[in-house]
Amino acid sequence: MNKIVKLLTSTLGRKYIMGITGVGLVAFIMIHMLGNLQIFLGKDVLNHYAVLLKSSAELLWAFRLGLVAMIVLHIVSAISLAIDNRKARPVDYNSKATVQASYASRTMVWSGLIVVSFVVYHILHFTAKVTDPSYHDFKTDLDGKMVPDVYAMVISGFSNIWVSAFYIIAVGLLCIHLSHGVSSMFQSLGLRTQKNQGFLAILAMGLSWVIFLGMSAVPMAIVLKILPDA
Amino acid sequence: MILDSKTPAGPLRDKWTNYKRDMKLVNPANKRKYKIIVVGSGLAGSSAAATLGELGYQVDCFCFHDSPRRAHSIAAQGGINAAKNYQNDGDSVYRLFYDTIKGGDFRSREANVHRLAEVSVNIIDQCAAQGVPFAREYGGVLSNRSFGGAQVSRTFYARGQTGQQLLLGAYSALNRQINNGQVTMYTHSEMLDLVLVNGEARGIIVRNLRTGKITRHAGHAVLLCTGGYGNTWNLSTYARGSNATAAWRAHKRGAFFANPCYTQIHPTCIPVSGDYQSKLTLMSESLRNDGRVWVPKKKEDCQKDPRDIPEEDRDYYLERKYPSFGNLAPRDISSRSAKEACDEGRGIGPTGLGVYLDFSDAINRLGKDKVKERYGNLFDIYHEITNEDAYEVPMRIYPAIHYTMGGLWVDYELQSNLPGLFALGEANFSDHGANRLGASALMQGLADGYFVIPYTIGNYLAQTGAGPLSTDDPGFEEAEENVNQTINKLMNIRGKRTVHSFHKELGKLMWDYVGMARDKSGLEKVLELIPALREEFWENVNIPGDAASFNQSIEKAGRVADFLELGELVARDALIREESCGGHFRTEHQTDEGEALRDDEAFSHVSAWEWNDKGAPILHEETLVYEEVKMTQRSYK
Amino acid sequence: MKITLRAWRESPGSSVDSEGHFEEYEADQLNPNMSFLEMIDTVNEQLAENGVEPIAFDHDCREGICGTCSMVINGVPHGPERGVATCQVYMRGFKDGDVITIEPFRSQAFPLIKDLVVDRSAFDRIQQAGGYVSVNTGSAPDANALPIPKDMAEEAFDAAACIGCGACVASCKNGSAMLFTSAKVSHLALLPQGQAERDRRVLAMVNTMDAEGFGACSNQYECEAVCPKEISVQHIARMNRDYAMASLRDSLA
Ligand SMILES: Cc1cc2nc3c(=O)[nH]c(=O)nc-3n(C[C@H](O)[C@H](O)[C@H](O)COP(=O)(O)OP(=O)(O)OC[C@H]3O[C@@H](n4cnc5c(N)ncnc54)[C@H](O)[C@@H]3O)c2cc1C
Ligand code: HEM
Ligand code: HEM
Ligand code: SF4
Ligand code: F3S
Ligand code: FES
Repeated sequence: MNKIVKLLTSTLGRKYIMGITGVGLVAFIMIHMLGNLQIFLGKDVLNHYAVLLKSSAELLWAFRLGLVAMIVLHIVSAISLAIDNRKARPVDYNSKATVQASYASRTMVWSGLIVVSFVVYHILHFTAKVTDPSYHDFKTDLDGKMVPDVYAMVISGFSNIWVSAFYIIAVGLLCIHLSHGVSSMFQSLGLRTQKNQGFLAILAMGLSWVIFLGMSAVPMAIVLKILPDA
Repeated sequence: MILDSKTPAGPLRDKWTNYKRDMKLVNPANKRKYKIIVVGSGLAGSSAAATLGELGYQVDCFCFHDSPRRAHSIAAQGGINAAKNYQNDGDSVYRLFYDTIKGGDFRSREANVHRLAEVSVNIIDQCAAQGVPFAREYGGVLSNRSFGGAQVSRTFYARGQTGQQLLLGAYSALNRQINNGQVTMYTHSEMLDLVLVNGEARGIIVRNLRTGKITRHAGHAVLLCTGGYGNTWNLSTYARGSNATAAWRAHKRGAFFANPCYTQIHPTCIPVSGDYQSKLTLMSESLRNDGRVWVPKKKEDCQKDPRDIPEEDRDYYLERKYPSFGNLAPRDISSRSAKEACDEGRGIGPTGLGVYLDFSDAINRLGKDKVKERYGNLFDIYHEITNEDAYEVPMRIYPAIHYTMGGLWVDYELQSNLPGLFALGEANFSDHGANRLGASALMQGLADGYFVIPYTIGNYLAQTGAGPLSTDDPGFEEAEENVNQTINKLMNIRGKRTVHSFHKELGKLMWDYVGMARDKSGLEKVLELIPALREEFWENVNIPGDAASFNQSIEKAGRVADFLELGELVARDALIREESCGGHFRTEHQTDEGEALRDDEAFSHVSAWEWNDKGAPILHEETLVYEEVKMTQRSYK
Repeated sequence: MKITLRAWRESPGSSVDSEGHFEEYEADQLNPNMSFLEMIDTVNEQLAENGVEPIAFDHDCREGICGTCSMVINGVPHGPERGVATCQVYMRGFKDGDVITIEPFRSQAFPLIKDLVVDRSAFDRIQQAGGYVSVNTGSAPDANALPIPKDMAEEAFDAAACIGCGACVASCKNGSAMLFTSAKVSHLALLPQGQAERDRRVLAMVNTMDAEGFGACSNQYECEAVCPKEISVQHIARMNRDYAMASLRDSLA
């Protein structure tokens, strides 16, 4: 047992946690993006989806717990590694230079932290609906049942240009984070090789762009009034 | 005094077997009661310390480097010989033995050389098992190359890093024993004196280079594996830190120094580019397999672009003088011929001290790609240093001091004339006679450490017994006092000249008068110049800082002080050896073809020098008896 | 040519000031074919002539193989050129009138000794923890009894080429020794001789690396860029893999 603890607290062990939670978080983002994009298929489709998500409270909370656990583990390892790494290099150089480390790789902690604070706001915004309690009253008739009108909520949420701008910036940061993260996690898990490293670099870039465009498409469309409002 | 080599009886091929049969053994249970001091962590030192640790002895290992893995052995490029005959090209223990004796110009001890050839095969096995990444064929077996003019392919190699990879192997074995608690490693610790207790080596005095602290260390035996003295010449292919201090201080305690004048000059090094030069870089000998050496026939062509000099105006002097060996003539011969060409004013390059090594033929014959494949990394090194492209313009090369065959005198057991003091690797004089063949020094260092000393030291220890050790003995008192005095004396001179300026001046004297070609008048002259320089050193050197902390100037000062004494002994030895043999060439003694002319009547012996506080050193001789081979005039025509 | 050298001077625990600071030295009449260390030699000679203590720096072979030389030149360990050690940097790589800053390798695990000299013995301790094949002298089978595919041997060599200079640690924002350690682990992990102790080795070496206070890797790949032997970070990936498998086998067993 304590061998497991030793493993998970070692530098490499914490890297594995970063990597594995990273995979999970990326998967979530992808699914979430696809979910969001259904907004373009019309009000009912999205609301259907929203209902589906909440159909089973157990599943929903199990999923939420898993998600929270991943983010927490990810952050905890990231921060504890960051602290150790600072200790390992107490004095910085007087003349600084970077040969090949990417900008994204050098700012993972910061991009990550900002993304999380965004997520917090985001959940308050759309899930807990504290930023605008009136969202609670957004209801709509779906096959004869009254259900929360997620479509209307999103539309109204993003009709505020500042809110949209903030989302888009946040998503941008997330994608910078992922532009390194997606290949980085393979390295951390020991799956990056001479042969696949080129592919992984492209994958990371590609995925980051897809996520950026996919995610920001929604606020964009709403700000540009492409989507019909409820 | 007549020196006894303790060579075992019996026919040559049985001597080592007989020795092992008759030697005394230390009871396994008692081994841990013995403390052995190993000075040096190069191939010889690491292999010895590791193997003795494995046997159960307590070992203290010292090196002045910041890690045992940085010993100068790391620099060896070409390869290591072994009589494996994997190529089925007629190699054998006897042939390796004979080639080494002949290459050494019949000035080495038959029995030692034969033992070296015998154990050479085990070395490769051991290194391969440690994970040394030797070059291999597609079939997975080890590959070999022919090296240094050998007629068979018996050289094993690991890219251009054979020395490093072999040392990493020995270092890993050493690490294992450190981890097991058998070996205690003392890095950045420089031995500054040898301690004798009733005439037997029982310890050393060490300076911690980081703190300046002086400490005493006692042991039942002391092994010096401290390398060669080539930096006496200042400019050499040696690492800057290589020095003779350990061996020299032992010499001043009574250990004999043998054949100091046998020094090897490597023909293919990058020429000096200016006064600031700090070291000379070796271009592997393998280049001579495809490169052709030449200088212009006419002086006036020397500063021309070599590509504009027509064939008929080029003098491929090695091919001309040695048709059968051509560009692969042995090191001493090729080096000397280069010097002659330059002395005739036909040297090339900015300093006029250089000859061309031309690959244009090889490139036409094999194509640039093939040449790149074979020598690419060397061409890169050359470009990096000279900024010249050897694919386009011929390389410029010139000889440089590369190896010292001379060293502490040792008998068949690698024990010096001082009981308990052993010398291994380049630090001893034993196996290479007057000239070392390429790829044979790595072999000797590892043979000594892995396969010879583990036996011979047992024979000594079994007889002396594991008596109690104490560093309170007056011998330690006196030696530590001596070390402190020397350091304080140096620090307090506070003169006008830097340590380095003295080293440079000594180096120039050595190169000009005790270099590739030596003669009576020159040697007599330098025997006055060196003592004068030494005198000035002790009055006028300036060492900034203090000795009670990390101070690279005082480190170097101590080493240069020893070079200033050793250099004189080299010249003295060269003067009395009125013959030419191998690396020692006296212009008075040569055949009409300019070949080294030995005088076997008068000089088939080892010159072992005894230090003398009162005045001139005392010469002792060990007669070399040749039972197996008959001496011939070396001819590479 | 002529340059200005900004050198870090610091001598902890010595009689002279131990407060770290930069000193500027003018170096003129330099030859572009001079090596960078020969340039420092000339500066040091001038200092010594005036009885000033020369700049302390580590060096030995001066041909890029011993791994002793170690300094950060204008922010980059071993200087601007790729695939070379400090001793293989030449003045022709700089411009007349340049101001060149030299600093010691910076890492918690490499305590500073003096000026540009640091203590890299942590590397030795990582090696001692398990960087070997346990085979006593004399117990080896014939070298050709164990054939090794050429490409496998070559790959192992690429890892074995590490000269232990520590530039990887110096270049890493995290002061991480992953590249060094992984090179050492890979060398033996890739060879049949190394299999018997493969798990023990990687566990012992990584744990020692952590204990020595080196940072973790965040996959920034600076180390690879400054490594004089251009050791690839794929060895880090291999070590990550090996350590995970070894730990699992170890904790299940
Ligand atoms: C450029 C070059 C290329 C070469 N290529 C080849 C080749 O291809 N094949 C070949 O066979 N040979 C080659 N040689 C020769 C060979 O490398 C050396 O002769 C051999 O490695 C010497 O090994 P060693 O263990 O005796 O000494 P070294 O490797 O020099 O080790 C000396 C050790 O002693 C320690 N030491 C020295 N003095 C003290 C002291 N006072 N106190 C404490 N420690 C001390 C040092 O720290 C070091 O650890 C080459 C030599 C050079 C210079
Ligand atoms: C939903 C949000 C997040 C996603 C999708 C995400 C995704 C990833 C991925 C895939 C990696 C690569 C893993 C690896 O290199 O082994 C990674 C690494 C990293 N993440 Fe996140 N992350 C998120 C949030 C955060 C947060 C909140 C932080 C806050 C500190 C953070 C800090 C880091 C750091 C420092 C790394 C580099 C780890 C390393 O390579 O060693 N991430 N992230
Ligand atoms: C800009 C595009 C985005 C849109 C339109 C969007 C929309 C939504 C909506 C509508 C919900 C509430 C679902 C519901 O309660 O039925 C939600 C929840 C959530 N979103 Fe987003 N989101 C976006 C981006 C992101 C990003 C970038 C992240 C993470 C980095 C994220 C993480 C979450 C999380 C964690 C939840 C809570 C899920 C739960 O209910 O447990 N979202 N999102
Ligand atoms: S990996 Fe490269 S940089 Fe790091 S120690 Fe080895 S050679 Fe130096
Ligand atoms: S630079 Fe540092 S972060 Fe990792 S890849 Fe190299 S160790
Ligand atoms: S001095 Fe040996 S590598 Fe630079």
